[in-house]
Amino acid sequence: MTAYRNLTIRQKQIVWAWIFLAVPVLFYVVIRFYPTGNAVLISFQDWNLLGARTWTGLDNYEKLWNDPTFWKVFVNTFEYLIIGTPVSLVLSFVIAYHLDKLRFAHSFIRMLYFLPFMTSAVAMAWVWRWFYQGVPIGLFNNLLASVGIAQIEFLNSTTNALPAVLAPAIWAGLGFQIIIFMAGLRAIPVSYYEAARIDGVGWWTVLTEITIPLLRPTIVFIVVFSSIGFLRIFDHVFNMTTNNPGGPLNSTKPLVLMIYDTAFNAFDMGYAAAQTVVLFTILLIVSLLQLWILRSDR
Amino acid sequence: MTFLRQTAFAALASLGLGGAAQAVEIEYWQYFFDARVDAMEQLIENFQAANPDITVTMTHFPYADYRTKVAAAIPAGEGPDVVQLFYGWLNDYVEAELIQPLPSDVFPAAKIDAEFFPMVQAMKDGENYWALPTAVRSLALFYNERLFEEAGIESPPETLEEMMEVAAALTKKDGAGNITQVGITAGMTAQDHHWWREGLVRQMGGEPYVDDYKTVNYNSDAGRMAAEFYTNMFMGEDPVTGIGFMDEPQAAFKAGRAGMHIDGSFRIGSLNGVRGLNWGVTELPANADGVRSNYSSYWVNAITTKAEGEKYDAAVKFMEYVTSDEAMQIWLDVVGELPAKPSVGMTDANANDDTFGPFIRGLAYANTTKFANESAQRQLMVEMVERVQLEGMTPADSLAIAAEAEQKILDEYYSE
Repeated sequence: MTAYRNLTIRQKQIVWAWIFLAVPVLFYVVIRFYPTGNAVLISFQDWNLLGARTWTGLDNYEKLWNDPTFWKVFVNTFEYLIIGTPVSLVLSFVIAYHLDKLRFAHSFIRMLYFLPFMTSAVAMAWVWRWFYQGVPIGLFNNLLASVGIAQIEFLNSTTNALPAVLAPAIWAGLGFQIIIFMAGLRAIPVSYYEAARIDGVGWWTVLTEITIPLLRPTIVFIVVFSSIGFLRIFDHVFNMTTNNPGGPLNSTKPLVLMIYDTAFNAFDMGYAAAQTVVLFTILLIVSLLQLWILRSDR
Repeated sequence: MTFLRQTAFAALASLGLGGAAQAVEIEYWQYFFDARVDAMEQLIENFQAANPDITVTMTHFPYADYRTKVAAAIPAGEGPDVVQLFYGWLNDYVEAELIQPLPSDVFPAAKIDAEFFPMVQAMKDGENYWALPTAVRSLALFYNERLFEEAGIESPPETLEEMMEVAAALTKKDGAGNITQVGITAGMTAQDHHWWREGLVRQMGGEPYVDDYKTVNYNSDAGRMAAEFYTNMFMGEDPVTGIGFMDEPQAAFKAGRAGMHIDGSFRIGSLNGVRGLNWGVTELPANADGVRSNYSSYWVNAITTKAEGEKYDAAVKFMEYVTSDEAMQIWLDVVGELPAKPSVGMTDANANDDTFGPFIRGLAYANTTKFANESAQRQLMVEMVERVQLEGMTPADSLAIAAEAEQKILDEYYSE
C-alpha cells in the first residue's frame, strides 16, 4: 500500500486508468489475440483435431506454395475484389447521386435499396441460385427460353460462375453504400453549389470539381469497407454452390471457402491455419495500404 | 417422460436409494438426424428395460459440429462412453486413442467375420474389432412409376444397356432443344461417384483401387470405359441427362422430372413423404454379362477410452445390444438403413421387401471404399467430369489427372 501512497497524482491516474482498462484488455487478449496467436502456431503444426499436434516447421506453407488450387483461389479472391469494389462503388454512387436529387417517394425508394442489406445472405443466395438454374426451373433461363433464346449456363460454367456469384453479393451490399454516399453528399455545404451556379458552371464540372473531391473521405471509407468484404466473401459462394463448393473446377472458390473446406472437411487444421495466416496478411496489407492513402489525403 | 424418469432414477441412484445396487450411467453420442434419434430412443428404452441397473443418456449434435465436439470432450473426460462415428474416420480415432477395441471374449473376431456382412472387416485389427455397425447403406436405382407407365415401359431395366434405352425413352425436350425431363439423373456430387468407382469400374472389369485402397487403379481400360459410359449420358448427340439439372439429382427425382435416380437407402424416408410421387426401386443394373456391383457405407458404434470399470462393462453390454438382431430390425423399420448381418437382412421378409429388398440384395456384392478424405476424393471425380464437360478434355486424359491427384491424397494420408 505504501508503494501506492508514494505515487504522484499523475501516476495514480495511470494506475486507475489501467485498472479500468484491464477488463477490455483481458477480453481482447482472451478472445482476439490468443486465438490469433494460436492460429499462427497451428500453421506450423500438423493436427487433425483428434490426435496430438506435431511440429512440421514450414511444411504447410511449402504445401500452400505448391498447391495449384491455392493459386487459383488466390486469383479468384482478388477477382472478387477487383471486379466487386469498383462496380459496387460506381453503382452505389450513381444511385445515391440521383436518389439525392429525387423528392418523390424518396424514403420509400431508399428503403427498397436498403432492404437487401438487411436480408440474410443465405436466403438471398438460395433465391439467386434458383434464378440461375437451367430450364425448366430457373427464372432467367425460363425467360430466355420463352423468347426463343438459347439458355445460358450461369453457375455450371468456368467463365460465368464467378460474375454470377458476385452479382448478388454486390447487390446485397449496395444499400449500405448508398446510405453512406447519401450522408456524404448531404455533408457537402450547399454554398459551394450556389457559388458554382452563380458562376454558371455546368453539372459535369460541379460533379468532378466539387462533389467527387469533397466525397473523398466517404469514398475511401467505402473502398476500405467493401474491399475487406469482398476479400472475405464466403456465404454467397458457399450457399450458391453447396453441391460443388467453389463452383466448377474451383472457378468461384474464394480463400475463406478453401480454409473452411480444409479445416472442416479434410480436418487438416495446420494447413487451414496456414491459409488463414495468408488471408490475414493480405487483409492487413490491403487495409494498411488504404489507410495510408487516407492519411496522405490530409 | 424419458427424461423425467432418467432424472428421477439418477437422483435416486445418487442417494443410494436406487433399486439396483450398482446403478451405472453411460453416455451415448450420435449426430442429429430425426429418424436415427427416434430409433436410438427405442433401443435405449428396450435396453434399459432389460438392464434396470444401467441408464443410457443420449446426446446428439448437428453433423457439422460432431467431430469437433467428440475430439474436445473425450480427452477432457466429459464425452461419451459409446460413440457413433463414420467408418472412414476409424483410423483417426484409433490413432488419437479416443476409442478402445471391443473385448474379444464378447465380440470374437471369428464370430463377427462369420455373422456380419464382409465389409465390416474394415473395422478389424488382428483378434479385435474396433467398432461395429448396427446398420449399413447401399445403392439402388429408384424409378418413377408414373413416367415409366407414360412411356409404356413395363419393368425397370436389368442391365446398363437397357437402362440407357429406358433413359432415352424417358427424356423430354422443349422446342429449343433444352432438356425438360431427364431419363436418369447425373452428378458426381450426389451418390454417382460411389456408383462410378465401385459399380461401373468393377463392372467394366477393373478394380478401382488396389493395395487395400492405398493405390489408385482406375486409370485403366476399365476406368476409361466407365468414364466414357458416364460422360456419354449427358454429352454427345442425344443426351439422356444433364449435370446440375434442377440443381440437385434428388430434387429432380422428387419433383417427378427424372425417370431414374441412383441413390442410397437413406433416401427412402425423404421420398416416402413426397405427395404424388409413385416410385419403385430396383437393384443397380448389371453389365452385359450379368455382373453387378454396389457400394456400401456405414456408421459404427465404438467404446471410447473414457469408459472404465463399471462404465466399461455397461458400455460393452450396450454395444452387444445395439449390434443385436433385434436392434438391427428396429433400425431398419425406423430409419430405413439396412441390417449389418445377413441373418437379419436376408430374412425372406426383408430381402423380398419391395423397398428394402434391392438394397439388401445389393449388399451381397457391395464394396466399401476406404477413404482418406471422402470429400476431397469426391471432388476429384466432380472435376474429372467437369474437365470433360466444360473444357472439352477427353475422358481418358481427365481420368489420368484425377488418378494422379487422388494418389497424392492417399500417399499423404498413409505416409503419416
